[in-house]
Amino acid sequence: MFYIYCPYCAEYREEEEFHPKGQAHIARPLDPMATSDDAWGDYLFFRDNPRGVHHELWVHAVGCRKFFNVTRDTRTYAILETYRIGEQPSVTADSVSTGSAASTATLTGVQA
Amino acid sequence: MSELQQRRVAAGAGLGLEIDRDRPLAFTFNGKAYQGYAGDTLASALLANGVDVVNRSFKYSRPRGVVAAGAEEPNAIVQLGASEATQTPNVRATQQALYEGLTARSTNGWPDAQRDMMSLIGKVGGPFMPVGFYYKTFKAPASMWLTYEKMIRKAAGLGRAPSEGDPDIYDHVHRHCDVLVIGSGPTGLFAALTAAKSGARVILCDEQERFGGSARDSDETLDGVPAPHWVAQIVERLAAMDNVTLLVRTTANGYFDHNFVTLHERRTEHLGDSAAMTGGRRQARSRLHRVRARHVVLATGAHERPLVYAGNDVPGNLLAGAVSSWIRRQAVRPGERLVLSTTNDTAYRAALDWQAAGGEVVAIADARANPEGAMVERARAAGMRIIAGSAVIEATTDRKGHRVNGARVAAVDIAGHRIDGSIETLVCDTVASSGGYSPVVHLAAHTGVRPVWRDDILGFVPGQTVAPVKGFHPVGAAAGVYSLGMAFDAIAEHLPAALAADGIALAPSAPPQLETLAQGEAVGLYHVPHDKPTMRAPKQFVDLQNDVTAAAIELATIEGFESIEHVKRYTAMGFGTDQGKLGNINGMAIAARCLGQTIPETGTTVFRPNYTPVNFGAIVGRHCGELFDPERYTAMHQWHVEQGAAFEDVGQWKRPWYYPRQKASGERETMHEAVARECRAVREQVGVLDASTLGKIDIQGPDAREFLGRIYTNGWEKLAVGKARYGLMCKDDGMVMDDGVTTCLADNHFLMTTTTGGAAAILEWLEIWHQTEWPELEVYFTSVTDHWATMTLTGPEARNLLSELTDIDLDREAFKFMEWREGTVAGVPARIYRISFTGELSFEINVQANYAMPVWEALFAHGDQYGLTPYGTETMHVLRAEKGFIIVGQDTDGSMTPEDLGMQWCVGYNKPYPWIGKRALTRSDTRREDRKQLVGLKPLDAEVVLEEGAQIVLDPKQAIPMRMVGHVTSSYYSPTLDHGFALAVVKGGHKRLGERVYLPMADGVTHVAEVVSSIFFDPKGQRQNL
Ligand SMILES: [Zn+2]
Repeated sequence: MFYIYCPYCAEYREEEEFHPKGQAHIARPLDPMATSDDAWGDYLFFRDNPRGVHHELWVHAVGCRKFFNVTRDTRTYAILETYRIGEQPSVTADSVSTGSAASTATLTGVQA
Repeated sequence: MSELQQRRVAAGAGLGLEIDRDRPLAFTFNGKAYQGYAGDTLASALLANGVDVVNRSFKYSRPRGVVAAGAEEPNAIVQLGASEATQTPNVRATQQALYEGLTARSTNGWPDAQRDMMSLIGKVGGPFMPVGFYYKTFKAPASMWLTYEKMIRKAAGLGRAPSEGDPDIYDHVHRHCDVLVIGSGPTGLFAALTAAKSGARVILCDEQERFGGSARDSDETLDGVPAPHWVAQIVERLAAMDNVTLLVRTTANGYFDHNFVTLHERRTEHLGDSAAMTGGRRQARSRLHRVRARHVVLATGAHERPLVYAGNDVPGNLLAGAVSSWIRRQAVRPGERLVLSTTNDTAYRAALDWQAAGGEVVAIADARANPEGAMVERARAAGMRIIAGSAVIEATTDRKGHRVNGARVAAVDIAGHRIDGSIETLVCDTVASSGGYSPVVHLAAHTGVRPVWRDDILGFVPGQTVAPVKGFHPVGAAAGVYSLGMAFDAIAEHLPAALAADGIALAPSAPPQLETLAQGEAVGLYHVPHDKPTMRAPKQFVDLQNDVTAAAIELATIEGFESIEHVKRYTAMGFGTDQGKLGNINGMAIAARCLGQTIPETGTTVFRPNYTPVNFGAIVGRHCGELFDPERYTAMHQWHVEQGAAFEDVGQWKRPWYYPRQKASGERETMHEAVARECRAVREQVGVLDASTLGKIDIQGPDAREFLGRIYTNGWEKLAVGKARYGLMCKDDGMVMDDGVTTCLADNHFLMTTTTGGAAAILEWLEIWHQTEWPELEVYFTSVTDHWATMTLTGPEARNLLSELTDIDLDREAFKFMEWREGTVAGVPARIYRISFTGELSFEINVQANYAMPVWEALFAHGDQYGLTPYGTETMHVLRAEKGFIIVGQDTDGSMTPEDLGMQWCVGYNKPYPWIGKRALTRSDTRREDRKQLVGLKPLDAEVVLEEGAQIVLDPKQAIPMRMVGHVTSSYYSPTLDHGFALAVVKGGHKRLGERVYLPMADGVTHVAEVVSSIFFDPKGQRQNL
């Protein structure tokens, strides 16, 4: 069971307080009616399933009700960072594989 | 009776550190009375009484005795409990403290362990259960399976659940700590003390009856005092610290993500059959601690591995370390003449202790060519015969197989896997063996990390995958560090640094002083060769609990199973409650040898939670009975109860289903009768429904109206203050997900209603769109479901009744359909919505929930002359279905668009913003003309009520499997129409009005129905506009 740092409450809480909502950073096409059937299908149904760094959307369902993002390693289930809606991840598959400074992010959800 | 404890060593020898000879305890095993002492385990007490056979084996039904002294015991698994209600299966006798009156039975064995019917089968038909027996023997004929299964279950039995309610209660406790130390051997104690001295919050747990682990019966000295005394001193210091929680009899059973560990504390299992009553309240029998630790120190030690040799399962074959434990802790020497077979120095202690306890050590077969080391020297000095380069290749037995009566010893060529030279037969009644030690890595493996093999210690240690588990620290034997001094040094050096990274500063701690013994190097021997090939030698057991033999593993590899995971599944090695504690490494070593691989090439299987069985009570805790799941009641619930309503569960809500009345005959109405009466009351007079459970979301903000327009399929820009509108919600795939009426309370203030079941999900749905897609909109959502009670007053007399109680002008022109007004009802501030889910003239009265009951009662105080009748959800369903009103989730299933439902009138095709679901309606799939569409079905036979879920076909004469074109979604008998009727989805249904369809049922009857409009009653909707 995960121990998740809510970036709005600024506290660790048990997974039971949260709901996972799938892959993060899925933007709704701005002009849906001008979007092809294929592109619309991709938006609706197709998601990444990486082995390694994955960005996910979670909601603090029985806490502050805020949605936020989680960067999680699907191999170890380690949470590498959590960050607010509208922000970009500082840990990515690229930053981890190239060993850049961002990969020193800790479980606290804040950068080390 | 104490003279019957024939294997108890007399007092005075300095043995039996943990028993109290002044406190004898009576107990029964398989119906026979025995006596032990306080401080005994059930296993040690049985051994003291000379009980050799404690069970029958799972597959071959062979007699089995106690083998080990701890959690790894594979045989002595008993059914505990003096009464039916207190039956507890799967208890390891080695982990069960003895108490007065303890009652236990063998888990296996029919009719009992001594005289076993199944052993005949085991002996006569050796291949009765060959390897892979699940897959082979019982494959055919299928008709025999029930017979086979009955036999297997009866014969195998892995304990049984009680058939009466459990008198005990169980607790859950949530805990947080800086450092959780699992295991209280010397390394665990030192780690706990090191962390605790600096103020860190520490939990120390140990699965055994007391703290100390290997130091409980060690003859070493630590800090100048005997190890057991040192343990007592450290525990005393820890107990005095406020920041330390000590949990004994507490097994860490599962190690989950982010250092979440479940601990099962047995609080009263050592005291009696069920927990004691204190002050009229029963104490918790056991407690599940759900621990979130910042750091986990794994100090779980190592399990001794038995050697695999012929006849190694006969009672009298013991683990060397267990022999020492029983002698030192409980003064039990489980035999007279011992032969020890070992690959290492440590096991020599068993022989030395045996001799000290007055037993005869016949010989020590040491697999090493040149045994040397301090322990070996002690044995030599004590005059023991050491046969170097040899091993026990077979334990011989009496005819019944109830006890070892000899050991065949031969020189072994380990590399060649064959015996080398002549065989000597020694007379003995006990064979103790030690094939080395396996670090207890189970918990580490729960995190998903595979153990890694280390050749230098001949064992698996906790491994790492791509990244180490943060805050996980295996120490001591669990990490493969068998030298206590080195383990202490590692903790003193590394633990402060590890914790410092988390801001926990530890003061340096000096490792305890100890004398180190010179240790000879161990040798890697797992499966001892026999003079016959494995397949023809007497059975050599690898996994005693699952009856897996070396031959079975060889056969599995011959039959092509090369992956250790497949070998495991084919042979059942390491299955079930055993989880491979004793046998896994030996099994892997055999598979590796047969496959011509090394052990690391073969790999290991994964250990899974739970480490040892946990009783259901502890898992459930207090979440049973009325606390199993919350029940939600409306403000009028008590009234419904007093009226004798039948209730229906809708999510967690208890809703009145119908209100059966007493008939003139004195009988209660059936549901059918009650619903017919309630329906007629609504259509002819007036009825009232408690509709409080509908989800209600208060929506405010300058952009509230814009938000509604994006989230609903229909338009909201023109909805005036004082008006209400039905709205349909889709997901972005165009499928209907919820519906309800939303009211404009003020220009920037709306009240949305949702389905009862959808309330929480819809609030989350609104939030996700607002927070992630449209944060620029200023709008706020608040659930007010529980704040308002809702009473739906409906029927031709609704206005007449309500006008007696309200100051609101109810005139049909002053207060139109789909409007709302504010005022009072029965003197209570109220909002009234003129909306209808029955098709009749309706007023939905909403008042603050706290004031609802007097309002409800006032309705009935005035209701008699109008025939006011309370109705429940069943009547509501019939009435709405007669009108063709859908219930989302019943008439829809996540694959229905508004158009499939024929609800184009509720779709704002020209709304400016591309609302949720709009784009999907122009996808090729949603444009198909043969989609399933909502229609009405009228059975040709008026008496027939079609089955909900019944499949629809166009041609009843076609061959099976028939082509199904849809199914019934809602079906009732209409007292108003005096006819059965249904809603259904049918492919291309909107163009099939007037056609006949067929519904073939399982009983062979085929119903015929006509496709009709989904609106069965008052198609023009005139009645609601009265
Ligand atoms: Zn939060």
